[in-house]
Amino acid sequence: MSSTFDQIATIIAETCDIPRDTITPDSHAIDDLGIDSLDFLDIAFAIDKAFGIKLPLEKWTQEVNDGKATTEQYFVLKNLAARIDELVAAKGAGTGA
Amino acid sequence: MQLETFQLIDRIVDLNIGEKTITVEAQVPEHNSIFEGHFPGFPIMPGVLLTEAMAQSSGWLLLGVMKFERMPFLAMIKEAKMRGFVSPGQLLTIEAKIEHEGSGFAVTSAKGRVGTELKCSAELTFRHIAFPDPALRVHMDAMALKIGYPQELIAHD
Repeated sequence: MSSTFDQIATIIAETCDIPRDTITPDSHAIDDLGIDSLDFLDIAFAIDKAFGIKLPLEKWTQEVNDGKATTEQYFVLKNLAARIDELVAAKGAGTGA
Repeated sequence: MQLETFQLIDRIVDLNIGEKTITVEAQVPEHNSIFEGHFPGFPIMPGVLLTEAMAQSSGWLLLGVMKFERMPFLAMIKEAKMRGFVSPGQLLTIEAKIEHEGSGFAVTSAKGRVGTELKCSAELTFRHIAFPDPALRVHMDAMALKIGYPQELIAHD
């Protein structure tokens, strides 16, 4: 079974036509990979479907806009993978995602 | 259809909030200046307007699911297929379904038919936000009334 990072890297590569080998755990989806908000909607759709979760994009965006979080916390891919793992675990624990 | 004001949907035929589906009707006008150029001697509905009709159908569905608290805006069109000609005077029946509800966005699929013949289909993505202006909400309420939207589904402040 591939890791969460591998799965999201594949999704990003296929969705945004970015060479897979340029996507690393330390890549920042926006700053390094140049993914814009519209493409990220497509990625979020694919991630939601693949993992059976609902990425809380609005909450994250609000936290960044309010200065309570940095984009790195959510959009550096190793961090995004960790957030996804948390959401999957929360769903599995029956606490909702 | 009021092509001049881009109001393409005439009637809500069925709206099922639980199933997240909608069926609407859109009467293509017999005469409109659009058909003078599209095309002389062979008038047909432009594909962009069929796509817009599918988007508006999906939009009415999303409005109901979101209790008229947020407004959907078309963000992405995928797999738009114009499968057959739609001519002046024909009645277009459009079915739409919510395929996914994300955070701040939703994805729908829509199909347009004339009679039983499938004429167009698409997968559509919408961003949705709180109504950016009270006038827009007033307008949508008025349009909802006009097209027979179930009044119990329109939330009131």
